Amino acid sequence: MSSLEIRDLHVALADSPEKPIVKGLTLTIKTGEVHAIMGPNGTGKSTLSKAIAGHPDYVITSGDVLIDGKSILEMEPDERARAGLFLAFQYPSEIPGVSIANFLRAAVQARMAEGEELDASGYYKRLYSKMDLLKIDRKFTSRSVNEGFSGGEKKRCEILQMAMLEPSFSLMDETDSGLDIDALKIVAEGVNAMRGEKLGVLLITHYQRLLDYIVPDFVHVMYDGRIVKSGDKNLALELEAKGYDWVKTELAAV
Amino acid sequence: MSNTDTLPPADETTDVNPVGGIDQAVGDFQYDVNYEFDAGTGLNENTVRYISSVKKEAPWILEFRLKALKTFLEKPMPTHWATTDLNNIDFDKIRYYLSQGQKPKRTWDEVPDDIKKTFERLGIPEQERKFLAGVEAQFDSEAAYSNIKDIVAKQGVIFCNSTEALREHPEIFKKFFGKVIPTGDNKFSALNSAVFSGGSFIYVPPGVKVAQPLQAYFRINAENFGQFERTLIIADEGSEVVYMEGCTAPKFSTSTLHSAVVELVALKGAKIQYITVQNWANNVFNLVTKRGVAHEDAEIKWIDCNIGSRLTMKYPGVVLKGKRARGEVVSIALANDGQHQDTGAKMIHAADDTTSVIVAKSISVGQGRSTYRGQVHIPKHLKGCKNNTECDALLINTNSRTDTYPAITVRGDTHAVQHEASVSKVNEEQIFYMQQRGLTEAQAMSLAVNGFVNDLVRQFPMEYSVELKRLIDLEMEGSVG
Ligand SMILES: Nc1ncnc2c1ncn2[C@@H]1O[C@H](COP(=O)(O)OP(=O)(O)OP(=O)(O)O)[C@@H](O)[C@H]1O
Ligand SMILES: [Mg+2]
Repeated sequence: MSSLEIRDLHVALADSPEKPIVKGLTLTIKTGEVHAIMGPNGTGKSTLSKAIAGHPDYVITSGDVLIDGKSILEMEPDERARAGLFLAFQYPSEIPGVSIANFLRAAVQARMAEGEELDASGYYKRLYSKMDLLKIDRKFTSRSVNEGFSGGEKKRCEILQMAMLEPSFSLMDETDSGLDIDALKIVAEGVNAMRGEKLGVLLITHYQRLLDYIVPDFVHVMYDGRIVKSGDKNLALELEAKGYDWVKTELAAV
Repeated sequence: MSNTDTLPPADETTDVNPVGGIDQAVGDFQYDVNYEFDAGTGLNENTVRYISSVKKEAPWILEFRLKALKTFLEKPMPTHWATTDLNNIDFDKIRYYLSQGQKPKRTWDEVPDDIKKTFERLGIPEQERKFLAGVEAQFDSEAAYSNIKDIVAKQGVIFCNSTEALREHPEIFKKFFGKVIPTGDNKFSALNSAVFSGGSFIYVPPGVKVAQPLQAYFRINAENFGQFERTLIIADEGSEVVYMEGCTAPKFSTSTLHSAVVELVALKGAKIQYITVQNWANNVFNLVTKRGVAHEDAEIKWIDCNIGSRLTMKYPGVVLKGKRARGEVVSIALANDGQHQDTGAKMIHAADDTTSVIVAKSISVGQGRSTYRGQVHIPKHLKGCKNNTECDALLINTNSRTDTYPAITVRGDTHAVQHEASVSKVNEEQIFYMQQRGLTEAQAMSLAVNGFVNDLVRQFPMEYSVELKRLIDLEMEGSVG
């Protein structure tokens, strides 16, 4: 079992380190667990996930992030990725001219030992089976990464990459937004198929609907850069019914 | 005939060219070579006479060379439109002729070990080694190795170096030599005409379609040594040939000059494709004149990839001389720190219903600078000519610079001309996205660059696309801190 530990994390924009966005967030995700984070717009959910992945826009002003007890903060983004961290982006980038097949191939190859050669036919077999599972047309392998993709196609492509790269920890930032009902079910099935002892998930979402399909072990409410409430899956139902104002009033009362 | 001197002016404000900084992983090595013939440094009549006598040339060639020398000395540097960095070439310090005194080799076994070592050091992948078995490789000034010529000789194709051609096929050589690019076309074509040595000569008889691409590997391997090869390719009526040229050079401590002249003649219905992938050390001035004449229904296609060098100036051109002739230039230029790629294309329409296509992609990294210069000329009296020009620039990081000078002169109203240009950037977000998938920053940039040129590279022969990709990888590795 592995763990991703976020310890009293403070994150600010690299340009203005005096204005914190994430303000002391603590959370431990173990493999086998699915945690959901919900919270109003602009609370710092994406900032949290990108800062963990090492995005250069952000600086960590204090606190730590550890995988199996070892801090990853000194690592380059690609080293963190190879250490088992995956970020399914809220807004995935387009890479013109680079096909999905070649991109993923390079990513898979990057995880192999020096001198080790990728077995091309094995790779394609695996890629096709994952695509079939996620009901992505095989024609997509030759399309440039995310270029001209619809919102939903981009999200599905993120899940395909996750399936191919088999991370230990996946931070999924609003993977459900932009998906139609059918696509949502397909993506959820895909994630559920990967669920198990080898994967820990942090699911960022605004909607209870996703949690009907990917049932979380824990639900956290993030507000103004912190986790202000944690519970089980019922917390999400409560939020859906009462809205964030309920959390705010509760906070004010403390 | 068009003239390089008439290209549109560039802005001359910034001519800083900080050489150094990057270490090129490839080509950074030198072996001792026993130069049997050496013209010393500097250029005057004696140098030219020396070269001509060493090569045992006919009097008309010496005449030609001496006249060219005069033209070279008279012509000013084209700094009124080109970069003033040209003024930094010290012609007195350059060595104009060097020969290993070796006869061209036939088999791989006969190739000297140090030359093999050189190829090995160039990192040519295993699968390409076998390709080398059919390579006409130029080691310094003279061809050091060849065997493909025997194969194509069976079809009546002449494939040899220019020195040999002058000796053995003077009648055909003389007929076409210097006709496509006259000596006085520009200062550097004049220089080449005075001191040329090496380069290929190819003649393809009527109707012959050469099945395999003819290939030459050029190298420079001596300090201060300029290379002035001269290539002439003649495709007779209805014939077809593909020629591939690769260059890589060791790193020098002082500037080096490479100034080639390449002339192509595609007679009625013939097709010539000329492919260059080159990677010069970043102290090399690479000033090359390339032009072809396409007769009726003939086709000439230049594929030109320029990586490295301190300054490259190269504008492959096609004179569309016969009806329905077609010219195409596909150009890729990568300018890294301290490098200036000044490249482009020239299309001179001189007959009805001729078509020209230019696709130019440039990549500027760090302080790198790339310039596109195009010239498309369609005179008034012609009918039904077409030109399509597309130039795209990719910038990696904000310090790099790109300029575009398209000059399209179209007179007459039955022509179709289209011009598109774009500038894009590889942004931090894209690099982060790729890094998040486990690719290093260099790998990510390399992938982005390869993606940018991908649609062009797909047209290349397999081994050259592999080579280009490898060069881009190396260049990107060198560019991240
Ligand atoms: N790169 C950036 N530049 C400027 N401001 C930023 C940047 N990244 C985040 N912010 C600001 O930090 C705050 C938190 O943004 P973040 O994207 O993390 O919110 P979020 O919780 O993911 O919101 P949403 O639910 O809308 O996705 C916002 O006010 C946002 O404008
Ligand atoms: Mg967000």
